[in-house]
This record gives sequence, structure tokens and C-alpha cells, in this order.
Amino acid sequence: MSVAGHQVEEPEDREASFSALLEDSMEDLYDNAPCGYLSTLLDGEIAKVNATLLTWLGYRREDLVGRRSFADLLSVGGKLYHETHYAPMLRMHGEARELALDLVTADGHRLPVLVTATVKKNQDGDPLLVRITVFDARERRAYERELLRARREAERERERLQRLTSTLQRTLLPAELPEVLGLEIAAHYHAASSDQVGGDFYDVFPLDADRWGFFLGDVCGKGPQAAVLTSLTRYTLRAAAVHDTDPVAVLSTLNSVLRQRHDPGAPRFCTVVFGLLQPDGDDFAVSLASGGHPPPLVIRADGEVDVLTTPGGQLVGALPDAHFVATSARLTPGDVLVLYTDGLTEARRADGLMLGEDEERLPALAAGFAGTGARAVVDSLAEVLTAWADEPSDDTAILALGPRPPEAR
Amino acid sequence: MDVWSRNHVTVTGPEGGRPLVFSHGFGCDQNMWRLVAPAFAADHRVVLFDHVGAGRSDLSAWDPERYSSLEGYAADVLEIMAELDLRDAVFVGHSVSAMIGVLASVADPSRFGGLVLVGPSPRYVDDGDYRGGFSAADIEELLDSLDSNYLGWSAAMAPAIMGVPERPELGQELTESFCRTDPAIARHFARVTFLSDNRDDLAAVTVPSLVLQCREDIIAAPAVGEFVHRRLRGSELVLLDATGHCPHLSAPEQTTAAIAEFLRRRSSS
Repeated sequence: MSVAGHQVEEPEDREASFSALLEDSMEDLYDNAPCGYLSTLLDGEIAKVNATLLTWLGYRREDLVGRRSFADLLSVGGKLYHETHYAPMLRMHGEARELALDLVTADGHRLPVLVTATVKKNQDGDPLLVRITVFDARERRAYERELLRARREAERERERLQRLTSTLQRTLLPAELPEVLGLEIAAHYHAASSDQVGGDFYDVFPLDADRWGFFLGDVCGKGPQAAVLTSLTRYTLRAAAVHDTDPVAVLSTLNSVLRQRHDPGAPRFCTVVFGLLQPDGDDFAVSLASGGHPPPLVIRADGEVDVLTTPGGQLVGALPDAHFVATSARLTPGDVLVLYTDGLTEARRADGLMLGEDEERLPALAAGFAGTGARAVVDSLAEVLTAWADEPSDDTAILALGPRPPEAR
Repeated sequence: MDVWSRNHVTVTGPEGGRPLVFSHGFGCDQNMWRLVAPAFAADHRVVLFDHVGAGRSDLSAWDPERYSSLEGYAADVLEIMAELDLRDAVFVGHSVSAMIGVLASVADPSRFGGLVLVGPSPRYVDDGDYRGGFSAADIEELLDSLDSNYLGWSAAMAPAIMGVPERPELGQELTESFCRTDPAIARHFARVTFLSDNRDDLAAVTVPSLVLQCREDIIAAPAVGEFVHRRLRGSELVLLDATGHCPHLSAPEQTTAAIAEFLRRRSSS
């Protein structure tokens, strides 16, 4: 038979030609195999070794057989690994596969190898000896070391990024909340990612001798762009309140400032609640305005919950003449005003249900925390959040303000 | 924190039997004791567990702070003993767990009736005249060996390692998880294990103790076993005709016999 000018042999002819070519004896196959072979007793004493391995190591057969154990051929680190992992694995499972070890040659050089060992058993299943194959792994090991080096480098870079992020994050939140006579203030902040600066923010600050400003909001986006917007928003709110404390005026100023940004593609919207606090006897008078933000709650000492809605309040930074809506409330001792971002209400349970999907859920939960004080309310809400969603996927900020009872001041 | 799932605690043997707590060393898990522990389950309350980070322990309980010294592991042992309300327990610790047992017994001797230390070493790194057997550079080399051998480990292994006690395919998972662990935890445990120095703690031990020493052991040489024996007041030393660092695997009958003899004399005295 001829195909395209080549003679094609019949299968039996090919087999005959293989036999002539492969005149290997079993001995030769063992001794000159392209890998190292050795057999040891159960305690590791070398009983047989092939020529390939002897050549690699620079030993004579009589140096090793009956004189050395397999562990003797290993580097010190390899010996420790052998005793703590390899030997127990071999005893327990009768085999150990693809272990990366270094053999030490007669002249003291290291030979990186991959070792696989199996235990040979007799008919009754009792172990007799250990058979070991040894593959030269110099190039593979160099490549693996490079991978390890790259991984460590990546881990270091990630740590650096996280440090930078958490530092930046801290600069965007108040280092500590101010002391206001007669008022308990508490906050909770959860950053969804340690790699990215979050977009939620809040602050409480003095306006004059007996008035306090506070705000809590959420800028559009995440990361460096969001951090820039958060920073601008925070400082604008504080500066605007110096000129005109009216909450609607403060939000209008912020709207104008955000509209003036000339950075196409960068986010420039936020939702925010801005408010004023003024002590009045044992009470505090609150007036606030909201721009597209989830409504604050007032948890009354007796368990009633007022939802401070501001219908028609628009997103800040989106429209030239955005409309903001004001409302007011009176906090008596034991009441707590709670502001929060949508990280709380939009937290998703494993089955996908959002915590705030049913608008009644949050007020109902909050009613259960009545009379416990601002700190306890914040802690309880943080617990509610982690119980609802194992890993909250969005940033969350919660701020609570509550007049203390006169006897606790 | 539930110590049962944290340390994958398993208890066999009669409720009223004398408690015998087996604690595995670096590199493996409680399965290391399977050629020795069952022999005692007829008349002892046999307690086995995995150190956090090993075997089927709860990996989420691992905390680099708590486990930055052997005291953290010793605290776990005491918490397990408290949970089971063990009294007069004999603690059998292999390798690094021998020192974990020493620390636990010093912290609260009231729970311990005795210590069996298998291949103990109070310090692996040479120091002046003291010969632990290793240089600091050797230990770094071990850490490199760990890194090279854990390349194949991936996050996909984690579910198999995490303890899911009610799962039936135990045998299969045992093979999968044996000697496997999160590389970062293994590296950390190796560092804590091989760089600890507990020589001064030995003199504080007040409970009876037995040192089981292999004839040849590169990790804890006979001279180290003798050092431990000399420092532990009133301790016994038994030299096993075994090689390597794991006599409970390579010479389980001798190991079992030596522990049984120690228990016999402790209960008759």
C-alpha cells in the first residue's frame, strides 16, 4: 500500500521493527530510566537505587544502599517536611504524591525534585517496602518560585492599598463625635470593601453656642472619585451652614456647588439629610431637610416610631433648581433620632429579599429598641444588619441622637 | 464559640472512664492517633480533637493574634477540658502538642492527672550549650518547603477541609483533608512551633509525666528527650525502639504499651 509516495507498513511489521529497536532489558529500563528510582525499607533505609539517581547525586551505589536513609538525602527543611508530612502521609495512605523537595548532592549542591512514593504490600496487605520516583524539577521549581514571588508581591501591594484606603476613609469621617450636653450621640460605619473607599458619610458639629449641625448622606459611586465627591460635600455642608443655617438653604448651596463641577464622567450626585439641633429645656428641637435620602426615624421612649418623610425632596446635584423639603421634630428625653443610608434598607438576605422591601419592617424593628438610648439603638441596628445579610455588600452609615434623661446628665 | 465544632472534638469510650486526651502535632490531625487511641476506648473516655487550622477544625475560628503563641493552643485545650468537665485527665501530646500540654497543665493543674509527651522538644533552635538540633536558617528552609508544597492548595479545597460532621462520606474526606491545611495557617503554625522556647516552663509542671522518645528522631533527638526528662520533676523516660518522629504511626504497639503502663501505675498509686 502506498500513500502519497510513502510506504506504510502493516502493524505486525511495525511491531517487529520496534522489538529490534527497543532492545531494553528490564534492568536497563530501571537503571537508565529518565527519572530517579529508589526502594527503601519502611524505616527509610535505602535498599535499591537506579543509575540515573546516582548520576544526579554523584554517589556510588555502595555509598547509599544499606548505609543511608531517604531522609538523609534531603535538605534540612526537606527533612522536617519529610517527618511532619511525608512520612505520616505514607503510613496513613500508602502513598505520597508530587512532593516538592530538595535533594543534596554528594558535593553539597541542591537538586530540586518532585517525589512520589508508594508502599508495596504483601498478599496479606502488610507493608513491605517503599518505592520512590524522583523527577528533576529544576526548571519547574524556578518557575514556581517566580509565581510565589509574584503572589507575595501582589499580597504586599494589596496590604498597601488597604492601608491607604483605610487612612483615606478615616479622613472622610469625624475622628470622634462631639460632646453635646444632655445628648447621647452614636454612629456606626461599615465599609463593604477594604479595597475601596466607601461613599457614605456623616458628621455632627457645633454651629454656635447652643446650636449643632448634623448630616448623613451617600454619594454616588465608590473609590477615588467618590472620595473626592464625599470630601467636597462634607466641607460644602459645613461651610454653607456658617452662612445660613436653614437646612433647605444649606442643601441648595450644596446643589449649586456640585453642579459647578467640571469633570465629565465623574459622579456628582448625592443624597443627604442635613439638620439643626437646639436644646430647649430637657428637650431638643430638630429641623432638617432631605435631598432624596431615606427618611430618618424618631423612636419615641414609649415605643412609637415617627417616620420623618420629606415628600418631593430631590437628589442633590442632579437638577439646576432642585427642590428640597424641610420637616421638624421635638426630641424629649428617651427619644432617639436615627439617620441611616440605604446600605441598611437595601441589605439583601440570602434569598434576595431586601431588609427595607417592606417599608414597615425597619420602623417595626426600631420600635423594639425604644427607651434603650442612642448607643444601644445603633448597636442593635448593626446587629440586625449582620443577621439579615451575612456579608453586607454595600457601605452602611447609621447616626443616632438622643436626649438623655435629666437624671443621667 | 462552640469548642466542639471549633476543634472537631470526638469522644469515645465509657462516660465514667478516666479521661485520656490525645493532641496531634504540627502537620497532621487527630487521625494520627488512629493506631493507638482505639486501644484505650474500652475503659477510658478517649477525647480526640484537631487544633484550629488543622484537619476538620473550623478554619473561620483561626485568629493570628490568639494563635501567635503556644499559649493560644493551650487555652483551647483547657476550654475543651472545661466543656467536657474533665478531671484527672491524662493528656497525650505529640511533638508541639507535648509543650501545649505542658503549658495547659501549668495554667490549670486541677484538670490533669498526668502528661504523656511523645517526641517532645522545648526548643528546636540551638542556643548556647543547648542543642535543639536546628539553626534559625533551617527553620526558614522548612517554611520554604511548606510554600513549595502548598502550591497545589487552592481555595477550592477549603470546603473539604472545613468540618461538616453530619456528612457521611467521611472516609473519602479524610483522605482528602489529611495533612492538608490552609498554607497561610500552616506557615504560621510552623513558625510558632519551631521558634518557641518552653525550656523554663518544664520546671513548673506539677503533674506526673512520661516522656516517650524514639531511638532515632531528627526532629527531637534522644538528647532533647533526656533534657525534657531531667527538667520535669519525677518524670519517667521510655526509649522506644523506633525511628522517626511519629512512633504512634511507626511503632503503635510499643507506644500503646508504654502509655498503658503509665496509666496502670498512675491508677494503682
